[in-house]
Amino acid sequence: MSNPIFIALIPILPLTCFLLLGLFGRKHFSTTSGIIGTLSLFISTILSFATAYQYFFQTGKINGVYQKIIVFKYTWLEFAPNLSIDMGILLDPITVMMLVVVSFVSLMVHVFSLGYMKGETRFATYYAFLSLFTFSMLGLILSSNIFQIYLFWELVGVSSFLLIGFYFEKPSAVAASKKAFIVTRFADLGFLIGILILAFYAHTLDFGILIERLSVISSPYLTVINAASFLGMSALSWGLILVFIGGAGKSAMFPLHIWLPDAMEGPTPVSALIHAATMVVAGVFLVARLFPIFALSDPGALQVVMYTGAFSAFFAAVIACTQTDIKRVLAYSTMSQIGYMMFALGVSKYSGEEGLGYMGSMFHLFTHAFFKSLLFLGAGSVIHFVHSNEMKDMGGLRKLMPITHISFLIACLAIAGIPPFAGFFSKEEILMAAFESNRLIYVVALITSGLTAFYMFRLYYSIFWSKDASVKNHHGEGTISMKIPLILLAILAIGSGLVPIASFVTADGLPITSHVPISFSIVPVSLALIGILLATRLFKNSNDLPVRISQQMGGLYTAASRKFYIDEVYLFVTKKILFNLIGKPAAWFDKHIVDGLMNLLANSTAKVSELIKGFQSGKVQDYALYFFGGIASLIILFIYLWQ
Amino acid sequence: MNLTLLLLFPLFTAFAILFAKGLKQVRVIALIGSIFQLLLAGKLLMAYYQIKAQGNQSQMVFEYIQNWYAPLHLQYHIGVDGISIAMILLTAFVVVAGILVSWKTEQLSKEFFFLLILLSLGAYGFFISLDLFTLFFFLEVAVIPKFLLIGIWGSGKKDNSAMKLALMLMGGSALILVGILGIYFNTHTEAGIHTFDLLLIAKMNIALPIQKIFFPFAFIGFGVFTAIFPFHTWVPDGHASAPTAASMFLAGISMKLGGYGCLRVATFLMPDAAHAYSWIIILLATIAIIYGAFATMMQTDLKYINAYSSISHCGFVLLGIGMLTKTSIMGAVMQMVSHGLMTALFFAAIGMIYSRTHTRMVAQLGGLLKAMPFISSVFVIAGLCSLGLPGFSGFAAEMTVFMGSWQNPDKWFRLATILACASIVVTAVYILRAAGQTIMGPMVNKEHELLTDASWNEKFAAILLIVGIVVVGIAPFWLIDLIQPGTEIIMSKLGAVALVK
Repeated sequence: MSNPIFIALIPILPLTCFLLLGLFGRKHFSTTSGIIGTLSLFISTILSFATAYQYFFQTGKINGVYQKIIVFKYTWLEFAPNLSIDMGILLDPITVMMLVVVSFVSLMVHVFSLGYMKGETRFATYYAFLSLFTFSMLGLILSSNIFQIYLFWELVGVSSFLLIGFYFEKPSAVAASKKAFIVTRFADLGFLIGILILAFYAHTLDFGILIERLSVISSPYLTVINAASFLGMSALSWGLILVFIGGAGKSAMFPLHIWLPDAMEGPTPVSALIHAATMVVAGVFLVARLFPIFALSDPGALQVVMYTGAFSAFFAAVIACTQTDIKRVLAYSTMSQIGYMMFALGVSKYSGEEGLGYMGSMFHLFTHAFFKSLLFLGAGSVIHFVHSNEMKDMGGLRKLMPITHISFLIACLAIAGIPPFAGFFSKEEILMAAFESNRLIYVVALITSGLTAFYMFRLYYSIFWSKDASVKNHHGEGTISMKIPLILLAILAIGSGLVPIASFVTADGLPITSHVPISFSIVPVSLALIGILLATRLFKNSNDLPVRISQQMGGLYTAASRKFYIDEVYLFVTKKILFNLIGKPAAWFDKHIVDGLMNLLANSTAKVSELIKGFQSGKVQDYALYFFGGIASLIILFIYLWQ
Repeated sequence: MNLTLLLLFPLFTAFAILFAKGLKQVRVIALIGSIFQLLLAGKLLMAYYQIKAQGNQSQMVFEYIQNWYAPLHLQYHIGVDGISIAMILLTAFVVVAGILVSWKTEQLSKEFFFLLILLSLGAYGFFISLDLFTLFFFLEVAVIPKFLLIGIWGSGKKDNSAMKLALMLMGGSALILVGILGIYFNTHTEAGIHTFDLLLIAKMNIALPIQKIFFPFAFIGFGVFTAIFPFHTWVPDGHASAPTAASMFLAGISMKLGGYGCLRVATFLMPDAAHAYSWIIILLATIAIIYGAFATMMQTDLKYINAYSSISHCGFVLLGIGMLTKTSIMGAVMQMVSHGLMTALFFAAIGMIYSRTHTRMVAQLGGLLKAMPFISSVFVIAGLCSLGLPGFSGFAAEMTVFMGSWQNPDKWFRLATILACASIVVTAVYILRAAGQTIMGPMVNKEHELLTDASWNEKFAAILLIVGIVVVGIAPFWLIDLIQPGTEIIMSKLGAVALVK
């Protein structure tokens, strides 16, 4: 297993699958493509688990510290000596953890889709895109070079675009896919410029060397990059913040979050994979990858990460309380939970016990992937059943879909942070880290945690309780392939909190030994319980209380349900400013001024030649006239000069 | 290897076409001829690798000199380096694809294919010439067929467009001629005569004031071909009126003649002036990139969209040349190759759509993916390459230009680089808009449901170009290896100047 070929196979298998299904799927594998995709990913998953086992228990640790291991590296595009995009594989604790998460969740989604997408005419294309995404995401986390990560970053973005726009005949899906791509592209611009800045000062694109050169205090590179400043901020801060903007775009942080709720237009399993568990945490992963530079060299930039994360967490939680489309509730909840991960990184320090935030963030990323994809797959199951995304079309489904009901409940308890479900453990670590570092953040996190419990149970009750089921002629809860992923993920939503992440995934590679005291958990858990109780009172049985309350809140409620009008602001900026103020004048200028000038030039040339043409009339008299006129003027000139 | 074969093959094909009987013979001959060109280009590449593997370090290989007109010291001097081979390969790819796409041309097919082959002859001649006058001669050979191709087989306001294109390119040529003659009269060989020989001139140092006078002529002149702002207005009209294959040739080959000339003639022979004027080049290139991108956003005709986006993308070529770092110049060459393939593919896809739906207006199209999945996929692939998706050639080329440009430490040049980077967002906007409205969405015109997908010739053309794009995109190191030695020689000239200063 130490053979690099096996690790390289992890992303290569899905790539092969993509090529196979993309090129020949429509003709030859229209029904078997699901099986092919799932099987190849199954092998990838096994290889990922084996790699993880080997890294954590055999090869990863040297002198008790987990190392960054470069498995292999190949120069792909050399810009200058020592400055090249390498295709390589870097293994370290976060990579290996992500490998497990991505391949496993992707496998669950592949299995779930076997039932969910059955009968779809573009079944093969769907699995091709799914494979492309999995390949890109695996490539992203394995990257050993900052430009390599950017490359896969773009690929992930485009596969997300293709999958959101999968139902290409729906105008809303097309609009959503465009929006997702363009907003993240805008953020990627920041990432790209950030890379240019960091690479210029560090003279490398390789992660290992880059981090070493920019985080060791005595490094001459660090002195130079800190000394260079622009608009009062050091070049290092600019570079890091710009890279973070790229991460914030992918991870749907405020104010670049607007694409995520719309992205729910894609097939629901896709939302579970891309927009819950894997791609959206790429930003967190990126900050974690560069964490030594953030934490050791530029705490200021880390503060930006912290405040962005905390605000996004709270902001999204408020909006989630008012949405009625169940996938949108989940989308905002995802944004909120990623905000959690972000600010957890923000409050963290690099080494020792103070690195709790980093560990908590990664822990939360790990547990969240399971319960959030479970929530989405559960929602998919529900949508498959009632053929609607709206809460008003649901209710009382608990008897009709028992497995979905139980697994959804488990996931809700997990995300709400009720012990002993997974979310409880990871949230505790984050809250503890925030408590020790920044009380303001801690309070925001606490309130958010309460809100989370409230809106999740609002969702839960609206789907499964509330009123009697109105669905008739249903076709059952779904195939066995849809149920197995739910059950497996539910087990993980309970059990993944018990994984001792603290001894594996830390910023400095050393295990963290401290434990959160039980007394600390009383406040958050009771807040979560209050949230749940409130939701029970309001939504368990249908009554008019929620409507009355929302009416009393008036403007605040409307603003939240309209997502605080951020979309409208964007629309204004793009439509009014980009199109009308820049695009239209540019097109007009080109057509009338630049082209007009060229035409004028041509026309005046024609005019002049028209004028001169007259001289060559062919009449001898005219020529005689010019001749004598010329002689006369020469004589006059001569006399004039001679005097 | 005898480079003259590159001229003889097309010439032979062209004459064979003239004597062919019937449509079938004409296009079969044209296709076979173009495939031979491609094979020849491939053989050239192999021969180049072979001779380099034997340790040949000379700048140009396969050189051949023959006096042409002694009193004016005109020579038929040919030879290639990696950069020219890359361009020749690009030309060969586009020619085969162009011939395949126009397979169904029935109106005056003999003349049509004759002109296409003639155009390719001009391009090959241009890329292998090492004598300024021969180079200029072949440039003209490549211009004239375009006028006829648009004027006769074009659509829309074709007369106006053909005239505009011909006049502007002729204007460019006139500027180039002044530039070339300016160089010529300031050369002094050991024998005490003037020379047009590019390699000899490169060994001399032309005085700075003289360079400063004639550099703008040469650079702007070649710049017109590659749509330098503000002399780009022939591009949209010319493309919009041109038949599909002519558009492909125009964007895939002709615009590259300009970029190649800017690099090989203007910058290489007059490096001092290139340094002195680099800020102007960068300014114009940045304007072209940003302004072209925004202008593209407002277009409603597919051909106009691609034409304006070509202006923006060719801006990267000029930016790369203007930045004068080794990486940026390599990026410029890569971008030429990448843009040539990609834009030919784009025009091919547009042509396929147009020949079926008889409209290019975005608003009248929609949901084509359902009726013609192959053509739609080609369109999307061309679009994704245009917006710089990794795995396609556009990404590697653009990133090389960006990295190279960033290496130039001038503060204002950095700003230009950032602005150029910003254009990738605008590119994404217009590409996705175009794709979203034509390929995706509900079908606007119900009659489109009955349309057929690509025929075999169109499929081959598209696949050929896609293979080119993907090979460059996945293995950019091959292209880098090919063009690196040539770039280093250009850099040694530029760098030596920088040291003298």
